[in-house]
Amino acid sequence: MEVYLDNSATTRCFDDVAAYMTQVMCADYGNPSSLHTKGVQAEKYVRQARETIAKNLKVNEKEILFTSGGTESDNLALIGTAFANMRAGKHLITTAIEHPAILQTMQYLEQQGFRVTYLPVDRYGRISLEELDRAITHDTILVSIMHTNNEIGALEPIAEAGALIKQRNPNIVFHVDAVQGYGKFRIYPKRMGIDLLSVSGHKIHGPKGIGFLYVDEKVKIRPIIFGGGQQKGMRSGTENVPGIAGLGRAVELVYSHLEEDTERLYRLKERLINGVTQIPDVTINGYTGRESAPHVISVSIRGVRSEVLLHALEDRGIYVSAGSACSSNKPAVSATLRAIGTEKELLDSTIRFSLSVFTTEEEIDYTIRCLYDIIPMLRKYTRY
Amino acid sequence: MFTAFLIKYAEIGVKGKNRYLFEDALVQQIKYALKRCEGEFKIRKTQGRIYVDAVSEFDFDETVENLKTVFGIVGICPVVYVEDEGFEHLCKTVVKYVKDLYGEQKKTFKVVARRARKNYPLDSMEINREVGGVILDECPNMSVDVHTPDIELNIEIREKIYIYSEIIPGPGGMPVGTNGKAMLLLSGGIDSPVAGYMISKRGVKIDAVYFHAPPYTSERAKQKVIDLAKLVSRFSGPIYLHVINFTDIQLAIYEKCPHEELTIIMRRYMMRIAETIAKETECLGLITGESIGQVASQTMHSLAATNEVCTIPVYRPLIGMDKQEIVEISEKINTYETSILPFEDCCTIFVAKHPVTKPNLEYIRRHEKNLSDVIDDLVKTALDTKETIIVHQE
Repeated sequence: MEVYLDNSATTRCFDDVAAYMTQVMCADYGNPSSLHTKGVQAEKYVRQARETIAKNLKVNEKEILFTSGGTESDNLALIGTAFANMRAGKHLITTAIEHPAILQTMQYLEQQGFRVTYLPVDRYGRISLEELDRAITHDTILVSIMHTNNEIGALEPIAEAGALIKQRNPNIVFHVDAVQGYGKFRIYPKRMGIDLLSVSGHKIHGPKGIGFLYVDEKVKIRPIIFGGGQQKGMRSGTENVPGIAGLGRAVELVYSHLEEDTERLYRLKERLINGVTQIPDVTINGYTGRESAPHVISVSIRGVRSEVLLHALEDRGIYVSAGSACSSNKPAVSATLRAIGTEKELLDSTIRFSLSVFTTEEEIDYTIRCLYDIIPMLRKYTRY
Repeated sequence: MFTAFLIKYAEIGVKGKNRYLFEDALVQQIKYALKRCEGEFKIRKTQGRIYVDAVSEFDFDETVENLKTVFGIVGICPVVYVEDEGFEHLCKTVVKYVKDLYGEQKKTFKVVARRARKNYPLDSMEINREVGGVILDECPNMSVDVHTPDIELNIEIREKIYIYSEIIPGPGGMPVGTNGKAMLLLSGGIDSPVAGYMISKRGVKIDAVYFHAPPYTSERAKQKVIDLAKLVSRFSGPIYLHVINFTDIQLAIYEKCPHEELTIIMRRYMMRIAETIAKETECLGLITGESIGQVASQTMHSLAATNEVCTIPVYRPLIGMDKQEIVEISEKINTYETSILPFEDCCTIFVAKHPVTKPNLEYIRRHEKNLSDVIDDLVKTALDTKETIIVHQE
């Protein structure tokens, strides 16, 4: 049995999306910038995807910029607005538990002379609005807060933060990294005070190498990639037409029965949590119910090294990740786990299950059975 | 401008009647290394010299890089060939050579002519004098120093005339294949690839054994070891890499022996298994990357305890080296970056909090007896299920 529970790392592409993309690659392969019919045809795919996404967010089509994925969207959002608004101030705010695409970019901006405040989080991974309020100063130009944490599934109070920021100073740009949240929740930037929103294709059953950044038309932003002036000069480079088409289709499919799917994911999550917490000395990181993301479950298992458990599960066909797989290969200690005050002993004993619409009840039950088998066996061989 | 290389070798020059064996092996190894290069080459062995002639277009840097991986070579001299069209023409060519290579640099030089073709009108002393004079006239920044010149400009009069002055250092050592074969215990660390390199440098062919412990060690850890073997094989030639599934043996030791002695007992079984494969494959010794005192299992006492199970010699070329010295070699042979990739290997998964540093051989032997009812079968299974991968640099 193959059980893929690493959907926060990446998801399986929908068959329909893959077929659609093949058509774009092999039949309608034109360059949208070309003047001939082939180009016009290709442009249609881009326009259609843009329309789908804009409708989904209830924003203007002009406000969608296609990028190579979450990391590029985050880079463009932070670097692009920081440099475009530096005359108004050089202070930026983010949280301690962001994805490296944010944290590393912030570090770069610090080297460029910006000041960055990193908001702490409570033991459930949530920021406090009071802290945010205190952090905002007269020269704050940008606040970046993730929608859903990738490691423990914490949900941040985005709408409340948006309202607070705009009330303090409507000129502060509010960026939200929604790579893990988009496709699980309905997100409406205009109602939530969000100016910039990063999304990645391959986390929502679309292809890799594509994503978008929503940019409110009032936001001052500078490009970070230069060239042929595509996408109004904001993101040069021939549009990744098959990727864009696939992303549009994935958005359509994911949102066509979102509420049912989310409900089902919460039930599966509950089932998995109920199962694993029967094992002694197993704890769940972050919230477990509806106040958390429906698809991420972070589990600390005392006395078991995460990499070993990962490979033991792999042996049974179950794929999970140790800590945060997105920042992968290096077993660097997770910033999120540390920020929520995880015991030192457990930092290296934490694995993440992440579900998708393809996950079934049988798969969850099989996983629980395997954990019942494996954990006692592994504990025998460690200092537990 | 260069169309050939003169290969200098030192140590094999003194091997008496066996000399041809060493030279033939060197030619073989040069051929192997040049297979990786673009272009076609002919290798000639004449009068105690080896020449590599390019017979097509070739990439100079790539060729030199690959020749530098051939043990036995102490120097690589890029050579210019000139047709004999009279002495005046030769002088012009030499001046052009000097100008192309050294430009306006201030250098001292001497000319060293060799007249292998005795019917050449000038003798070597005359050539030295005349050519030297022309260079002094044409290149104002050059001056003569016959004792310690910056540039030794060699002119050899043969069928054609050879000009060379640069010597690119080779790796030294002896050609692989002239000194039998040994079995390297290859982990994913920094030391063992270096150990393999160093023994191979003395002309020894290498096979390797890797102890894999799935699921405790990952597929990536195994791939890392294959990658390391591949990097070593640039120098050593093809390596037969034997992958042993060590999990069950390790678990048995963990269950039945005191945890402080875990690593020592585990290493003793690794040595036993490596020796068994070594004997089956005509290896005359084992190679490890151990260095005295580096970790608990490499103290003098621990080395004695692991060594005790071996009946064939165990070569430990890094035994007296500091970590930094080992790292320097690993950087030089390009294995360092791969070695430091952070995947668990079987030595890091099961470790006691306080491993013994002075193991008592009596205790170890006694505790190994705890394994007696299962260990023979486990070792046999491990040997029967070994996977052998032939690793070489394409």
